[in-house]
Amino acid sequence: MSEPLLQAVNLQCERDERVLFRDLSFSIVPGTVTRVEGPNGSGKTTLLRILAGLNDAWSGELLWRGEPRVNLREEFQRNMLYLGHRTGIKTLLTPLENLRALMAGRRPLSDDVLRQALAGTGLAGFQDVPCRNLSAGQQRRVALARLLVADEPLWLLDEVFTAIDVDGVSAIESLLQQRAAEGGAVVVTTHHDLRMAGMHRIVLGGGLDDER
Amino acid sequence: MSADLRPEIKPVSAGVGTFAAMKAVFGRDLKVAFRQKQDLLNPLLFFVMVVSLFPLGVSPEVSFLREAGAGILWVAALLSVLLSLDHLFRHDFDDGSLEQLVLQPQPLFLLVLAKTLAHWMLTGLPLVVLTPVLGVMVHQEGNSIAVLCLTLLIGTPVLSLIGAIGAALTLGLRSAGVLLSLLIIPLYIPVLIFGTGTVAAAADGASVGAYVALMAAFLVLAVTLAPFAAAAALRISLSNG
Repeated sequence: MSEPLLQAVNLQCERDERVLFRDLSFSIVPGTVTRVEGPNGSGKTTLLRILAGLNDAWSGELLWRGEPRVNLREEFQRNMLYLGHRTGIKTLLTPLENLRALMAGRRPLSDDVLRQALAGTGLAGFQDVPCRNLSAGQQRRVALARLLVADEPLWLLDEVFTAIDVDGVSAIESLLQQRAAEGGAVVVTTHHDLRMAGMHRIVLGGGLDDER
Repeated sequence: MSADLRPEIKPVSAGVGTFAAMKAVFGRDLKVAFRQKQDLLNPLLFFVMVVSLFPLGVSPEVSFLREAGAGILWVAALLSVLLSLDHLFRHDFDDGSLEQLVLQPQPLFLLVLAKTLAHWMLTGLPLVVLTPVLGVMVHQEGNSIAVLCLTLLIGTPVLSLIGAIGAALTLGLRSAGVLLSLLIIPLYIPVLIFGTGTVAAAADGASVGAYVALMAAFLVLAVTLAPFAAAAALRISLSNG
């Protein structure tokens, strides 16, 4: 097994004086898909935001390639792609302009490639339509187009299947699976019934309920 | 989804230069603003209205307006910048692009500086451009108008930069307006005092060099320190959000 990208040691998080999880330890290894599971309010999104570095209200240790992540913020952010519940899509801009702006700080690409990526998520013909005229699912597809051109080894995806149709869901599933096969690491939270061979799981909420 | 585009998985991608990333942030903000022109007009309209209501509400006499004109323009400019501040990060916070900004692999304070510069270009700079016209309206003399424009040109970026700290701090709150004003107004007062003081000195025929130098010092201080504070405040606001 290859060296873990991200390691969590005894992670603990409280929110509004309620312990969401404690003593949570796991490793995110290249070539795997990890699914964060748990009922609503069990802290799936919070965990993902902690892993992404957006949430600082936690204790424990987070190691990036074996070293404390706090010292490596820029390197970590260069190697990590986070797609949140909120898509980061500007409704006033077109899908092409949105994708260009989102990629500009990471991996500037020619418009041709960006158009192809958008077409690849089923937005062919919509590349230059302002996003406010698109449906919720189409707007999410704009954000998902990043997955087709992203080279970051670690992907953190929060509820990516929201508002996506059946065909889209299976396309994303196979994309994630292929990504893992190529050596990428993917962490997803979803209520969608994701079934993949060799999928890792982080289960939240279960054990802690008994203590209360 | 077609997979042919996808790049190899590299341990560390080459990364984008900080300046290129700042330019991208700046360009995107301008583009978004010009797609929503009424938001651009709001601070300008407010500025013009306040200045033109003073002669009607207080006194249209030349002697009063000559005396108070510079102060009226400065206060109106200050309030109109204050009104526009909530927009600086709010929309980005709501649609999630702020998260993506914070996660970009460049120093956050420089990206915040680029955003703030875009904000100033869209609010402060138009005020400076309008000032000569409104200056004539409140009977300012040519020399005073020139100095007034200069002080606003130096002063409004300071207002935007200090305001960015407040806007970032109050981002997580549902009704941030009042708190933002309470936080920011005390920090605006020195800028206002020196801004109007410069114009008053010019009207008295005194040398304004020292005043302008002090205001420039404010600007340097704000450019170098405010982005750090605003970036730290953004991280805190996002951490709670």
